[in-house]
Amino acid sequence: MIERLPELVNTDPAIVRWGRGMNEVFLLQSGEEQFLLTVRDGKIEKLEKGPFVMRSWTFAIRASKEAWEKHWQSPPPPGWHDLFALLRTGNVVIEGDLQPLMAYLMYLKLVLAAPRKA
Amino acid sequence: MKLEPISGHYTRLVFENKEHRLYFEEAGQGIPLLCLHTAGSDGRQYRAVLNDTEVTRNFRVIAFDMPWHGKSSPPAGWQKEDYRLTIESYTALIMSVVRALELERPVVMGCSIGGRVVLNLAIEHARELRALIGLQSAAYLERYYDAGWLDHPEVHGGRVCGALAYGLVSPLSPAAERWETVWHYMQGGPGVFRGDLHFYQGAGGDVREKIRSIDTKLCPLYLLTGEYDYSATPRDTEAAAARIRGARVTIMKGLGHFPMSENPPAFLGYLRPVLDEIRKET
Repeated sequence: MIERLPELVNTDPAIVRWGRGMNEVFLLQSGEEQFLLTVRDGKIEKLEKGPFVMRSWTFAIRASKEAWEKHWQSPPPPGWHDLFALLRTGNVVIEGDLQPLMAYLMYLKLVLAAPRKA
Repeated sequence: MKLEPISGHYTRLVFENKEHRLYFEEAGQGIPLLCLHTAGSDGRQYRAVLNDTEVTRNFRVIAFDMPWHGKSSPPAGWQKEDYRLTIESYTALIMSVVRALELERPVVMGCSIGGRVVLNLAIEHARELRALIGLQSAAYLERYYDAGWLDHPEVHGGRVCGALAYGLVSPLSPAAERWETVWHYMQGGPGVFRGDLHFYQGAGGDVREKIRSIDTKLCPLYLLTGEYDYSATPRDTEAAAARIRGARVTIMKGLGHFPMSENPPAFLGYLRPVLDEIRKET
């Protein structure tokens, strides 16, 4: 499902507008699988699948495959419906430089929830 | 032109030795029902309760903006201090409003930080109040994120506070009401949401032990919590209720942290029977 994020995000102006001005590379992890997403002005310009050797990223968001699957259910069950819901229950780990993550928190929440509409 | 039956007023309120210019809205007549908004928002969250004729037929609904919030001003000299809400200042504020508006034994209904302070009102002011309704009430919340980001020069406060609130709304709530709820958060002043959380997150607002002293015979206590709230979860509310004999708990299906604002029809379905009961039993 993460592979579909560029298509789901880039074709949705209601998501892209919240990422205007964002130019970052961040790591998204689902279980053992790692992805690097390059965001340019709110569009996901590039999505690369790991494993990676010596790659830099600004921040990482890591959760189990099961956690993302619950997050992407439509509707998601209570407690699995938001990035910070997962944070409260310890089902997601966020690390790295948190300034751009918090500055673009609305965008990132909408990006991470985009698979629900797939 | 069709006007909503809500009127708004400003009043001057001296509280903690400072003069405040306070804004409130009201509608209806009868038993006073004083409504407390959530952290970092304002009284507009109660727009649907104020507009509900089934409620306003028997209740005078009043929703005030806390100082620093909505159309209420911060006190003179605000630029020299960090706003920090405490359980003492919040409780004193509410009772100051009750006295200033000459409300006789009002029902007080509060959500989130308001749901917490309602527990403290039950502890300290039960005899002065007719009934208490806590929405999303928890006796304690452990910090699970750094609220410093809500007041950071490199993060737009409106955007980040809105994003925080967005997640606390149920995904089942109607989009228009969800985004209106978010908008109120986006309009908060710098550091205000964080200052409210000073009371809500951590030791200062921990009432887990004190709530054992609540006497619901003096003042009935209703606790209504939305199932999608991950800040004050149904489990948190039930844990609080387990320490309060006579507390009446309702878990509201499909609702999140802002029931009155995010899904008014669903919330009113839960609220009206509670108000009927209060009207008949107290």
